[in-house]
Amino acid sequence: MARKVTTRRKLVMTAIAWVLGLMIFFPILWTFLTSFKTEADAIASPPQFLFFHWTLENYHEVQSRSDYFKHFSNSVIISFGSTLIGLIIAIPSAWAMAFAPTKKTKDVLMWMLSTKMMPPVGALIPIYLLFQSFGLLDSRIGLVMVLTLINLPIIVWMLYTYFKEIPGEILEAARMDGASLMKEIAYVLTPMAVPGIASTLLLNIILAWNEAFWTLNLTASKAAPLTTFIASYSSPEGLFYAKLSAASTMAIAPILILGWFSQKQLVRGLTFGAVK
Amino acid sequence: MATLHTRSAARLMMAPSVLLLLAWMIIPLAMTIYFSFLRYNLLMPGMEEYAGFSNYSYFLTDPAFFTAIANTLLIVVGVLLITVVGGILFALLLDQPMFGQGIVRILVIAPFFVMPTVSALVWKNMFMNPVNGLFAWIAKSFGFQPIDWFASVPLFSIIIIVAWQWLPFATLIMLTALQSLDEEQKEAAEMDGAGAFSKFFYIILPHMARAITVVVLIQTIFLLSVFAEILVTTNGGPGIQSTNLTYLVYAQALLQFDIGGASAGGIVAVILANIVPFSRVRLIGKNLEA
Repeated sequence: MARKVTTRRKLVMTAIAWVLGLMIFFPILWTFLTSFKTEADAIASPPQFLFFHWTLENYHEVQSRSDYFKHFSNSVIISFGSTLIGLIIAIPSAWAMAFAPTKKTKDVLMWMLSTKMMPPVGALIPIYLLFQSFGLLDSRIGLVMVLTLINLPIIVWMLYTYFKEIPGEILEAARMDGASLMKEIAYVLTPMAVPGIASTLLLNIILAWNEAFWTLNLTASKAAPLTTFIASYSSPEGLFYAKLSAASTMAIAPILILGWFSQKQLVRGLTFGAVK
Repeated sequence: MATLHTRSAARLMMAPSVLLLLAWMIIPLAMTIYFSFLRYNLLMPGMEEYAGFSNYSYFLTDPAFFTAIANTLLIVVGVLLITVVGGILFALLLDQPMFGQGIVRILVIAPFFVMPTVSALVWKNMFMNPVNGLFAWIAKSFGFQPIDWFASVPLFSIIIIVAWQWLPFATLIMLTALQSLDEEQKEAAEMDGAGAFSKFFYIILPHMARAITVVVLIQTIFLLSVFAEILVTTNGGPGIQSTNLTYLVYAQALLQFDIGGASAGGIVAVILANIVPFSRVRLIGKNLEA
């Protein structure tokens, strides 16, 4: 039974929510607007909101001066690479834990989660030195390896919570019909598991794209993804707000759009299925 | 149900992820522990020697260590306070009937997808800059002296930035929990004459307890290791005013090249991170099984 709501109350709530929502969103909006300003307009006082000279100059400059696309493709390779490898490793184990659980399964899952509790500085020094001696510093391969490992527990957990919802009887039936393990996976499990795998993929790409501890520490220029690229704006020369904004807009836009699509899975994924 | 055949297959299927995570957990930790007992500086290669506990006593008696611990906890507590309270309020608001609810929701969760380096630099330059920032302009137009955020309240500035990034996460989880609350339960309370406040404290808040716990646990893990926001805004300064434990270890290792001392710091960080939340790993697990 829906409760009656007065139109007035609804209008008031709408107004409050929109004002607060726009305030939260404002830094992103402001960055977007500033990216189309000239540097002089970007620091004008009073600030120019819409009536300034719109220009695409900053975007050209960010690309020509610091090769945005190189860093963009590094981000794509690193986030997609680490997520895909993570999925390949995690799918079998999540499947095993969901459909052939033993007494130890819960302990293994807990232990995997506990590896996320380890602060990254605990591993920074050895990883840095190992990377140095194997020539992996500032390499995409090295970063893919590290990000695969740090996101692996989340990938396993997410897949596990999705796989658990697939009714076991269907697998039993397939088994009774004489389907082998591989056939079971290929023809029965996979079609039912695809939505779960897709949202795991999406969330982990977002996490890997925005990861900013290992990327900042292990890359400098050649393999630098967008996180490191943007960090180079922390020691600016001269006027740079508009260029910073253009670079920032290009760095966050792809993932912001992906993120909006994934908002439902986000809750579930980041709480390891505890809140749905 | 599982036959012997499937059980050994299952073990085989789990092996890669278990072995990789085991290696990822043990090898770096063992190496960090090993380094923490060495006098080992990257500027003096080949001079490594056993140093006993001197790295630990050096690190633990360094005044910077206590500042870093305090800053680490301040960031965690400050951000948790803002995001949990703000998240509950936003969730209550977004749960009300309104026009364009979906769009407001999209606006509110957007900051979560902004990479830390971008949000830190945008806030630092375009909002908190004492000359050209928007906050300075607002202060000036009301006749106040603009605040030099990162010079006078560096840690607080970082807390604001990090809280802005995590508020969406808290809001989204609280909202999900709120929407699973039985509408009839609220109605029954209303019929019994419960006011807005008693409804909130006796029905809504207890219902959200689990969501709040989950938000606190998960955010704590990430907040203990805030790094990028500090690196691109203050570099831990002025002095060490905004240095947390993660940043301190980073600076010791990669700026001072003191591998031994930094490793001792890393081990201290691992121990600290495990004291509080470790017992609670099971809590998330328990919630999952429910």
